[in-house]
Amino acid sequence: MSLLALQRDMRDWLRGDDPAAAGRIGTATAPGIAIYQNNYRTQLVACLESSFPRTRAWIGEDMFIHAAVHHIDSVPPSSWTLDAYGRDFPATLARLHVADPEIAEIANIELALEELFVAADSPAVGLDILGDVDWDRAVLAFAPSIDLLHLNTNGFVIWSALVDQREPPAPQYLDTPDVALLWRQGEQCHIRIIDNAELQALLSLRSGKTFGALCRDVALLLGEEAGMTLVGRWLGSWLSDQMVVAIDDRKQAAARF
Amino acid sequence: MIPPFPGFGIGLRKQHYADFLDHRVAVDFLEVISENFMIDGGRPRRILRDIRARYPVALHGVSMSVGSADGLDQAYLARLRALVDDIEPLFVSDHLSWSRIEGFSSHDLLPLPYTQEAFDIVCTNIDRAQNALGRAMLVENPSTYIDFAPADMKEWQFIDALCARTGCGLLLDVNNVFVSASNHGYDPIAYLDAVPHDRVRQIHLAGHSQGDHLLIDTHDQAVPPSVWQLYAHVLPKLGAVATMIERDDAIPPLADLLAELSTARRIAAGKLEEAA
Repeated sequence: MSLLALQRDMRDWLRGDDPAAAGRIGTATAPGIAIYQNNYRTQLVACLESSFPRTRAWIGEDMFIHAAVHHIDSVPPSSWTLDAYGRDFPATLARLHVADPEIAEIANIELALEELFVAADSPAVGLDILGDVDWDRAVLAFAPSIDLLHLNTNGFVIWSALVDQREPPAPQYLDTPDVALLWRQGEQCHIRIIDNAELQALLSLRSGKTFGALCRDVALLLGEEAGMTLVGRWLGSWLSDQMVVAIDDRKQAAARF
Repeated sequence: MIPPFPGFGIGLRKQHYADFLDHRVAVDFLEVISENFMIDGGRPRRILRDIRARYPVALHGVSMSVGSADGLDQAYLARLRALVDDIEPLFVSDHLSWSRIEGFSSHDLLPLPYTQEAFDIVCTNIDRAQNALGRAMLVENPSTYIDFAPADMKEWQFIDALCARTGCGLLLDVNNVFVSASNHGYDPIAYLDAVPHDRVRQIHLAGHSQGDHLLIDTHDQAVPPSVWQLYAHVLPKLGAVATMIERDDAIPPLADLLAELSTARRIAAGKLEEAA
């Protein structure tokens, strides 16, 4: 048997308990080959338990293990890193629990925070340069790791209660979907719900709109004074939260990017 | 040839980060699991840099899969190379095993048949890995639970030829020798006498558990007397090499591991004095 054929048989045995594959590997290996299969499945379950502790707390141990086993049977690991194995688990939960969409949304929050934790470092702009910026022409660059999650249920409130070890509320659909903003300040991950106005502002700035154009758009909607107050508050929080990694006002672009 | 490092170390685990960062711990080096730090950024990578500023570091991998019949994962090698360039480790090591085939990753150290075909594949993969990393690596003897037949060579012959052909070094896991010898019914002393002593650059010492039928390489126990005896046997043949206590589960307080490391130092001092 070639090495490739043997490795395919080992894979088929690990994934599907295929007795024909085990037979080709060799019957004398029986007690030992079971150890490898046990290691394989145990490790994947442990990986999911470690990555989704709030999801597990929400649905309970039995339902979580059932979902994990279903996931292992349907989505084999493909990355060199075990950390990547949880990436498709929220989708598995969504398929298994169509009537309880908050489950997949809680899992999505956990996944997003775990990936944010090890995302690339992007040093924020120093506050010392702000006075020198031509804000009308300024284009803001945000940390690439910033993530936005759209939530149709109160999954964020449930997740927050689980983190704080409070009694979580009953699940419910939202009249207007929540958008959760996730970012990392230094090594600390943060998440907060933002309203649609801040979402649209972030999306437009991330697509290249100048800060001056954003100010004019918001002023048209809210009036000059209220618009400038709101945009100023957004900018203040984005800067203090270290979400802005560069400001290009086309005068000193080379120095700032 | 990889230069020797005659020191005593411990496998760094999360539970002990603060111990090593807040105090000067009496170890000569620390070994970390490469994959835990092959990430883009964040706290784990910063901690590793802080650790590296205080201690020499060895990188020990579990996912290179040098035995894969369909070759190595180039993205994996690129990330490992970036980590190597950042950390400048004492050693870069991985296991004589396979975990990945045709896009499937088992995340376990699966055994190889010791055939000529497997030997050629492993040599090719190690050559490519060493070229990608820009340095020679260490390969660790595995603990195994199945023994493929027919084989063209014994495990120690496979390792000896592998080191000779690729220029890689050997990370000799004494516990793995004991576990595999027990599971497959061969003499661990004969194994230790036959490996290429001049290629050994690092030793792992660990514990194991008794399963229903076989010994299991759990790494969740203190180093047992059987493994200390093998260590004492092989050490005079190796000279001064890096020795470390490896614990992967049921992580005890650091003081317990340092006590085991003291035992290793005492055995090594005695044996090397005898040999001198």
